Amino acid sequence: MIRVDGRSDSQSLIRVRGLNKTYSRGGEKIQVLQGLNLDVDKGDFVAFMGPSGSGKTTLLNLLGGLDVPSAGSITVDGDEITHMAAGKLTQWRARHVGFIFQMYNLIPVLTAFQNVELPLLLTKLSKSERRKHVETALGVVGLTDRMNHYPRQLSGGQEQRVTIARAIVSDPTFLLCDEPTGDLDRKSADEIMLLIDELVGKYNKTILMVTHDPVIAARSHTTLHLDKGVLVEGKTSRESVLAGGAA
Amino acid sequence: MKFSRLIFANLFRKKARLILTIGSFAIALVLFTFLAVVKSAFSRGTEIAGADRLVVVSRIGLMQLLPISDRDKILAIPGVKAVTHNHWFGGVYQDEKNFFPQFVIDPEYQRQVMTELVVPDDQWNNFLKDRQGAIAGARTAARFHWKVGDRIPIKTTLYGGGSSEFNLDGIYHSDRPGGDESQFWLQWKYFDENAPAPVKSTAGWYVVKLNSPDDAVRVAKAIDEKFANSSFETKTETESAFAAGFAKQFGNIELLIVTIGGVVFFTLLLVTGNTMAISVRERTSELAVLKAIGFSGRAVLCFVLAESVIIALFGGFLGLALAYLAIPVIGIALTGLLPPLILSKSLLTLGVGFALFVGAVSGLLPGIGAMRLRVVNALRRV
Repeated sequence: MIRVDGRSDSQSLIRVRGLNKTYSRGGEKIQVLQGLNLDVDKGDFVAFMGPSGSGKTTLLNLLGGLDVPSAGSITVDGDEITHMAAGKLTQWRARHVGFIFQMYNLIPVLTAFQNVELPLLLTKLSKSERRKHVETALGVVGLTDRMNHYPRQLSGGQEQRVTIARAIVSDPTFLLCDEPTGDLDRKSADEIMLLIDELVGKYNKTILMVTHDPVIAARSHTTLHLDKGVLVEGKTSRESVLAGGAA
Repeated sequence: MKFSRLIFANLFRKKARLILTIGSFAIALVLFTFLAVVKSAFSRGTEIAGADRLVVVSRIGLMQLLPISDRDKILAIPGVKAVTHNHWFGGVYQDEKNFFPQFVIDPEYQRQVMTELVVPDDQWNNFLKDRQGAIAGARTAARFHWKVGDRIPIKTTLYGGGSSEFNLDGIYHSDRPGGDESQFWLQWKYFDENAPAPVKSTAGWYVVKLNSPDDAVRVAKAIDEKFANSSFETKTETESAFAAGFAKQFGNIELLIVTIGGVVFFTLLLVTGNTMAISVRERTSELAVLKAIGFSGRAVLCFVLAESVIIALFGGFLGLALAYLAIPVIGIALTGLLPPLILSKSLLTLGVGFALFVGAVSGLLPGIGAMRLRVVNALRRV
């Protein structure tokens, strides 16, 4: 169940309270997020929409521990991450967050297998255990036969699948997707969304996604709009699309 | 070890750049090693000088001769174990470019004083019996393919000039690493018989063997006091001080070498540092992703440092291998112009240390930049 009113008393997987983020630019203070509240349960799939500069990516960065808020708290699975030291936060990210970027951001000199293996290099798994995990992850995204290919030998859709495999290989608590289909054609985008649907439906993954595309957002359980630094809860994504409007 | 694939994959990302960087490292190491070898060659005299030996020269200068009668006076000073004397012969073998030092020696005490220069007994005995005999250092003998029994013609412009032929009775070796094996020794008696009047019964300088190195200061003072206010005042110093003063006659070689070495060092630092900086800048987004998925800033710093150190080691070993091959060839080509060029193990170790240091320092700034990289900013640049 996703809520943005801050009144949820359930033990949400992700719990955000009074989140503020202010940037200083040329002496001027710009408040991107203002007292934002959010509760996301395990297995939820939420899409964030909003105009450019509304703070979607900033929110995603804060949730992923890549940036620190000006005020407020973020608690994930019982861990409050807003006051964690940098080193501990890095370890926390490795354990709890899977990132899927718009531009894939694979290491071009490593094969698909080696790219997916990267997060596992930070664990104590043996070489054979790592191989097993990587093969499983690549199997989930349907790229077992391409594991020895370099990114330049793959299509955009396949590269994004490798990114997804890298994100899920260490079985993180939740996945953060920043415009995962933004650089893909419609057909490839549909394939990626089918895969993300499968991660939620079949593997019960918790996914938070930023997108500009209402059709893509409609695949989520709930679409939240960022407006003037706060989240606005609307209809469920499917209801919005069926009603014919951008959610 | 599990990170080695990532490090090597990044290293070989731009092969042409890698080869050029390693090449520049190798060339710089060849130059560095050559300079170090030349510096070592000039300072070797002081390094291998006997701690228990003094050199006595005229207070006026090395070219001013001393009476041969001084020998017994020096020998009588307490603390002196033995005294030998030398003359500079200054001859030419076949051609002026075939330079090697020729000394007129005192056979009686030579082996007691210069104990590290070893001549087999049978060869030494033949030399003692042969007025026109000569002993050559192993390096000089090898250079001109001489063997015992050869007749060696030497022409000199000093002492009235003229040509003489000498019988090569023996070949000496130094039992100290890097010892001088280039000298050519002649009999003092034969030289004295043929010398012009002003040179007769003289010595160029004396070499004094002490009972103990602890006596050096006292004996040196006693020798100079002995001949003070005489027609032939002396200047006595330890053999190492004499060798250092002799090397300085060539100019401030050390300063020259250190200056050139410094230029090599900073140029290499800039070249490698620039290469690493470009390499890191090119993959800002990749480094940001590594940090996003859980690699610490310190790990990223270590990756960059490892890359620069590996480049340095590859280049360093290549350069040292080239130097190892080239220096003997250069040494032969420069025989007579420079002391023997010897690439010792300590110089090779110094070369590896130099390479490691440059590699680590040149990778440090780009590495710290990568370590401090803010993931959010770096990903925004993509």
